[in-house]
Amino acid sequence: MARVVLVTGVSRQLGARLGRTLADVEGVSVVGVDVTPPSHDLGRVSFVRADIRNPVIAKVIATHQVDTVVHLATVSAPTGPGGRTAMKETNVIGTMQLLAACQQAELVSQLVVQSSASVYGASPGDPARFTEDMEPRAHPRTGFGKDSVEIESYVRGLARRRPDVAVTILRLASLMGAEVDSPLVRYLSLPVVPKVLGFDARLQLLHPTDAVAALLRATRQEVPGTFNVGAADIVTMTQALRMAGRPAIGVPRSLAPVLAGTLRQAGLTGFSPDQIDELTYGRVMDVSSFTRATGFRARFSSRAALQDFLAATPPGPLSAERLEPLLDVVERRLTSGARADG
Amino acid sequence: MGDAEIIDLGSRRPGPGEGSEPQSGTRPTPGPSDPRPDQPNAGPLLGLSRLASLFGDGWNESVAAALAFARSRLRGDYEVDEFGFDPEFTTQVFLPLLRPLVRSWFRVELRGIENVPKSESALLVANHAGTMPLDGMVLQSAVYDEISRHVRMLGADLVFATPYSHDLARKTGTTLASQEDAERLLAAEQLVAVFPEGFKGLGKPFADRYQLQRFGRGGFVSAAVRAQVPIIPVSVVGSEEIYPLVARVPALARALGLPYFPITPMFPWLGPLGLVPLPSKWIIEFGEAIATDELPPGAADDPMVVFNVTDQVRETIQHTLYALLMQRRSAFF
Repeated sequence: MARVVLVTGVSRQLGARLGRTLADVEGVSVVGVDVTPPSHDLGRVSFVRADIRNPVIAKVIATHQVDTVVHLATVSAPTGPGGRTAMKETNVIGTMQLLAACQQAELVSQLVVQSSASVYGASPGDPARFTEDMEPRAHPRTGFGKDSVEIESYVRGLARRRPDVAVTILRLASLMGAEVDSPLVRYLSLPVVPKVLGFDARLQLLHPTDAVAALLRATRQEVPGTFNVGAADIVTMTQALRMAGRPAIGVPRSLAPVLAGTLRQAGLTGFSPDQIDELTYGRVMDVSSFTRATGFRARFSSRAALQDFLAATPPGPLSAERLEPLLDVVERRLTSGARADG
Repeated sequence: MGDAEIIDLGSRRPGPGEGSEPQSGTRPTPGPSDPRPDQPNAGPLLGLSRLASLFGDGWNESVAAALAFARSRLRGDYEVDEFGFDPEFTTQVFLPLLRPLVRSWFRVELRGIENVPKSESALLVANHAGTMPLDGMVLQSAVYDEISRHVRMLGADLVFATPYSHDLARKTGTTLASQEDAERLLAAEQLVAVFPEGFKGLGKPFADRYQLQRFGRGGFVSAAVRAQVPIIPVSVVGSEEIYPLVARVPALARALGLPYFPITPMFPWLGPLGLVPLPSKWIIEFGEAIATDELPPGAADDPMVVFNVTDQVRETIQHTLYALLMQRRSAFF
C-alpha cells in the first residue's frame, strides 16, 4: 500500500529525523512542511515551504494525496520575535488550521500528534506516576502546558467528527540528548544553576532517538488513543546537577518567577510558571500502556539521555573529575596516618 | 566524648588528657621531633587519624566506606526509584541519625514484629499523634533495624508542598497519600505505612490523647483490598507525650497556611529548645494481620465492605492502645 505521509515541523531536528526515517521505508513517500527552510538533512523527503497557520496547508494535503498526517510543529518555548504570542499562534491556531484541513481531506485516514507531558501540570498533590486516564491535579494555566491541553482537545474534537481517522496522541517526556535545544537543556547549561530551595524534582527524560522511534511506531502500527512516552526511570534534579558538575544556588519558591523573567530577558533561558512547577515538584508518567500497545521501550534511560547531553557539553566547575583528586588526598591522609601510628 | 580531649592537635605533645593511652598500648607517643616535613599542613587530619586509630582496625574500612559514599554522591551516581526514594541516603545518613533518638531517647520497644512479613507487601495502619510527625520516622527506623525492610510512608499534600520537607520525604521513601501511589507501592511488594487520621490525629489536643480520630475515607482499605495484601494494625504508645499540644491558635494557623499552630508547654516559649521532644517511653505493637484476600471479588468497590474493614482496623488499634496504656507505669519510664 502506497502511503503519503505529511510531517509538519520538518525543519526541526525531530521532524527531520522522523521524515528521513519514514522516507526510507518501502512504499512510503514523505512530504515535509515547515515555515523555515530545513537546516537538517531531509534525505528523500520532499519539502514544501508552507505555514500551517493559513489554509494553504489544505491545498498541500489535497495535491499530494496525503493519507497520514504527523503533526510535530508545536513550540515548547517562545523563541525569536513575537515571543509567547507567536508561540501560541503556532501551537493553537496552527493546529486548528491543520485539523480543519484534515477534516476536509477524505483520503486522510491517520493522524499522529506530538503532545507533551506538560498536560499533566505539576503540583505537590501529584501521584508518583501519571497514567493516561488521570486528570491533572493542577491544571496548567500558562505556556506550553496550556497550549498542549488545547491542542489535545482540538485533536479529540476531530477524532469525534471523523471516526474513520485513527488518531494517536503521544505525550512525550522532556527531550534530552546531545543535539536537543530546549528550555531544560539551556537551564542545565547555565554556569550556576538556580534551583528551587528545598525541592528536588524528579525528571523523566526522553532521548530524541527514542522519540523518533516512538513516533515511527505510532505511525506504522496505527494505534488509536493517547499514550505517554518516556524513559522508564527518573533522575532527580540534584543528580542531574551533580552529573553535570554545575553548582546550584537555592532560590526560594516565591522568587522563582521573578528570576525566570530575568533569565528570559537576558536571553539565557526562560520558563513559564507551569515549567517552574515542573522543576519544583517534578512529574513522571507511567509509560507501560504504550509499551503494551506497540512493544516500544525507550533505549535510553533518563540517566543515559542526560549523559548523552553532558558528553557534548563542557564539564562544570564541580565535576567529579575535578573533585575526585581532592577526595583521594583526604583518603590518603586519613588512612596513612592511621597506618603509620596503628 | 571525653576522647576528643586526648590529642592536642596544635603542638602534638602529650596533653593532660592522655589518660586513655596506657589502655590502648600500641600507640607510640609522638615526640616533639616528629615534624613530618612532607605533610606540612596535615596537622588536623593527621591528628584526627591518630585519634581514630585508637578505635581499632575498623578505621580504614570506615574511611573507605565514607569516601565511597562521598564519591557516589558527588557523581550523582546513586539509585533513586520512581517515587524519589534514595536507599543509599536513607540507610547511610537518615536512619543512623534517627537511631539514637529511637533507641536512647524514646527507648522504643517493639511487640509483635513477627506479624510483619519479611518480604511480601503489607499495609501498616497506625495511629498518628504528637504534633510533629515523628512517629512515622520512628516507625521507619525501628522496623528497619528489626527486619531490614524500608517502610514506605504515605504523606499528606502539605508534606510535599513545603520546602525541605518535600525533599526529605521523597528521599526517605514517603510518597503522596493517594490511592494510585498506595496501589503502585503495594504492587511492587513494598511495606507501606499509612496514618489515616492525618492532621486530625497529629494536631489533637493533649487532653484527647490516645483517642483515635476519624479514619479518613477508607481509601487505604480499598487499596489493600484491591492489591489483596494484609492490613497490619499498628498501635503506637508514647508519641502523644513528645509535644503535648495545649493550644492550636487557629487564626495564626490560617495566616501561615498550616492545619494548626502548635502551642506546647515548651514551644514557642523556649525557642529552638522547645523543639526537643520530651523523652517519653515508646511501645509499638504490631497486631495480627487482617487478611483481605478472602473478601469477595469487587469488594474494593463495595463501600460497605470497605467501611467494615476500616472499623475493624480502627477498633483493633484503639483497644490495643488502651491495653498498652494500662500496662504502662508512666509516660516516661
